[in-house]
Amino acid sequence: MSEGTKSRVNDFVIKLANVNGTGSASANSLLMKAIFRMGIPVMGKNYFPSNIQGLPTWYEVRVTSDGHTARSGSVDFAVAMNAQTYPQDLAEVSPGGYLLYDSTWPRSRVLQRDDITVLGVPLAQLCNETFDGARARILMKNVCYVGALAALLDLDLDVIRQLLEETFASKKALVAGNLTAIQLGYDYARENFDCPLPLRVEPLDRTAGHIMIDGNTAAALGCVYAGATVGAWYPITPSTSLMDAFKAFCYRFRRDPESGEKNYCIVQAEDELAAIGMVLGAGWNGARAFTPTSGPGISLMNEFIGFGYFAEIPAVLFNVQRVGPSTGMPTRTQQCDLTTCAYASHGDTRHPLLLPADPRECFEFAVNAFDLAERLQTPVFVLSDLDIGMNDWMVPELQWDDSYVPDRGKVLSSAELEQAEQFYRYTDVDGDGICYRSLPGVHPKGAYFLRGSGHNERAEYTEDAEEYKAVVDRLLRKWETAKELVPEPVVSGAGNRLGIISVGSCDGAVREATELLAQKGVPLDYLRVRAFPFHESVRQFIDEHERIYVIEQNRDGQLRTLIINELEPDLAKLVPLLHYSGLPIDCRFIVREIESDIAAGVAA
Amino acid sequence: MSFIRKPDIRYKGQRTNALGLTLRDYEGGMSTLCAGCGHDSITSALVQAFFELDIEPYRVAKLSGIGCSSKTPAYFLSQAHGINAVHGRMPAVATGANAAARDLYYIGVSGDGDSLSIGLGQFAHAMRRNLHMLYLIENNGVYGLTKGQFSASADIGSKAKKGEINEQRPIDPVKTALAMGGTFVARGFSGDKDQLLPMLKAGLKHDGFAMIDVLSPCVTFNDHEDSTKSYAHTRQFYHPAVHADFIPPAEPIRAGYDEGEAVPVQLHDGSQVLLRKVAPDYDPHDRAAAMSYLERHEQAGEIVTGLLYIEEHRPTMHAINQTAATALRDLDYSVLNPGAAALAELQKRFR
Repeated sequence: MSEGTKSRVNDFVIKLANVNGTGSASANSLLMKAIFRMGIPVMGKNYFPSNIQGLPTWYEVRVTSDGHTARSGSVDFAVAMNAQTYPQDLAEVSPGGYLLYDSTWPRSRVLQRDDITVLGVPLAQLCNETFDGARARILMKNVCYVGALAALLDLDLDVIRQLLEETFASKKALVAGNLTAIQLGYDYARENFDCPLPLRVEPLDRTAGHIMIDGNTAAALGCVYAGATVGAWYPITPSTSLMDAFKAFCYRFRRDPESGEKNYCIVQAEDELAAIGMVLGAGWNGARAFTPTSGPGISLMNEFIGFGYFAEIPAVLFNVQRVGPSTGMPTRTQQCDLTTCAYASHGDTRHPLLLPADPRECFEFAVNAFDLAERLQTPVFVLSDLDIGMNDWMVPELQWDDSYVPDRGKVLSSAELEQAEQFYRYTDVDGDGICYRSLPGVHPKGAYFLRGSGHNERAEYTEDAEEYKAVVDRLLRKWETAKELVPEPVVSGAGNRLGIISVGSCDGAVREATELLAQKGVPLDYLRVRAFPFHESVRQFIDEHERIYVIEQNRDGQLRTLIINELEPDLAKLVPLLHYSGLPIDCRFIVREIESDIAAGVAA
Repeated sequence: MSFIRKPDIRYKGQRTNALGLTLRDYEGGMSTLCAGCGHDSITSALVQAFFELDIEPYRVAKLSGIGCSSKTPAYFLSQAHGINAVHGRMPAVATGANAAARDLYYIGVSGDGDSLSIGLGQFAHAMRRNLHMLYLIENNGVYGLTKGQFSASADIGSKAKKGEINEQRPIDPVKTALAMGGTFVARGFSGDKDQLLPMLKAGLKHDGFAMIDVLSPCVTFNDHEDSTKSYAHTRQFYHPAVHADFIPPAEPIRAGYDEGEAVPVQLHDGSQVLLRKVAPDYDPHDRAAAMSYLERHEQAGEIVTGLLYIEEHRPTMHAINQTAATALRDLDYSVLNPGAAALAELQKRFR
């Protein structure tokens, strides 16, 4: 894509540079949705600062007839609305590309590059002449550039009109104002530039059966469909919108509109320590309960996570990962909590991780997580990240099978307890490491005392060496059982010598990179892990390949560390390929790194 | 062996309650606390309270954190589920458990170390939510399990067993509860079962968060001459402000004192607490007056006990949330699942 931007239909990147807090998000979303509605696959990524307003924010729209979901790594059209970042935005545009800016204040000296076309649209002036009130003028400037882009890129104005009517269905007055702003930009561009540009869209039919959704919304829907009734949380970016969405869906689906009665209970806890405590309390008492959080929240929850592991209480934790360590960069993305979640808390602990690659898997894995947590009676993590959680992704429509029955695991009913001669909480009756449990208040025979301190298979406190070992060794048997229950990896390729192992939101960039590399004569096989503990096929994949690039978004190669720790492979085979800037990984990076490794002769 | 099962000895003519259960049915394992520990007296009062209220033991969930006090749920109601959580975080576990099944009795047993240091936030927020549970603080002013350090409730000037003097202000659970909006705030003394028993019963029946701070001297680390939480000191400066009598729903009030000296308080299930006022002007419905009464007597060196504040009609966590009457954990999945058609309809807005 570095070859420039000549005639490019349905295959380019627009990057919009804005000032945080100026209302650009809805305008940018309108732009992306309009392209999606025209049947053209599209991807949107939001790079925003961790503040309320004033700092630079970017929105990247990739128009991609091939349906790629990752960043390409290039910019073909910049919309530069933030004077603070002009130099950076100007520099990013590929040769032959375009830059649109607000020419109310001419910038002929600053915005100069001979190899691109700079388009000035007097957005502020147009809006100041048309709209009253400072706020409206600022907001409409953004809508106005969408109008200009509509003319320049050949967007369908009817589609935009329809979107505005749907968006503001309850505020009809806003539709007219927005349409005026669209028309202002559209007319100006048509009068002053050759429209459309060589860079443009053409209607396609490749978005039917698809939706645009973010991972947090999809995960929240998964919680609803899994039958979760208790949610406890403490707000933290970038996971907050998961509980916001769960709350909204529950209000819609789980509330009696007449009586107001709710079949759910959401508690905003005082902190993350309390949030996970509530989830464990609810899990102990038989409800499907979860908490959404991010890295710093996981740090705080550690003690309770260990308690949940040793006392064997079902719990679901969504960790929407952000950049660490410490507070890190709260609004940037990374996959930096793999090891911390896999072995969270002190002592010997291991926790199942589910690793979705996109919002569709967030939905599916949310349901899997509750089934696994109850089947295995242990905390289960869904490790998403900011890129998946907060960005809009085009995914096939979510499907639901109405014959689904939640796996509540080995819970003894009142009748079963009545029949039982004796119930012991931690006795491995079936030999799979998973014991039967009873719920409080169900039957007198089910009573036991749950504790995080040493206990034997009868749930009695013990410091006896053999009794302690029997319990922790059984937990390892349960871990072996878990391997058969977690989602299998996705494997593609045809027995090539080189392979890639990757995880989560790297998937789109990896798939695109393998296509590009194959075109360049470098075929690679690809395995995407979808869960920890690792399925047996991960070991096989490593055995069958000579050199494997382990691609992930963190500094220390945490996926690679887990693989080494759990599978003890030949270390020299596993080449770390790490992207950890806080921006989502792009295919260019992967292609460049693999090509340079091959050029160095090691992989030849 | 660290677990001591109590021998189940039954004898003829044992008293039974309305459920046909004996007092023994409300007991638990053998206590491993020090002989003479105040906590064991509280355990004994709890056994009697549950017995006398005719509560089925298995319908109770016992919760605790970490510390000597937190061991005690193992010593009563062996037919109830118990959970010994992490230090100071029992209120969160209780909140989640209560969210899942609102129809059980919840009793949390905590200590001054557990509730007033690491657990202070959770203690406060459970009251803020008016979580429906009985919450006991077995308060001895000292850390027993780690052998004698001051806790946050240790009084200024009190002396540790090894001679150290405490110079920091104590946190008083009763004043904290009043400040945090607690709806049932009481203080008892493990050495006064007559006063404690009706308060426990009323606390169990209170529709909301019932906090009882029970002074419970530590016989090993805090029962010496210079301690302000010793048996001797507590007895000497003990000031019962309000005596509570618990009256079950169907029983008439038979007060052994003159009208005007007693305030009947109706609880949600029709039972009553009869507050017999030792102080003639004491109003247990006046939060500010309760606070000032406490302050006044504290300055006089007195330890005020009794049911000091009660607010019967503040909505609980579930009432505020408008949670369904059926326990959430018992709802059938068919009620919770919106179905494939609803999902398809919902997704129209994602296009």
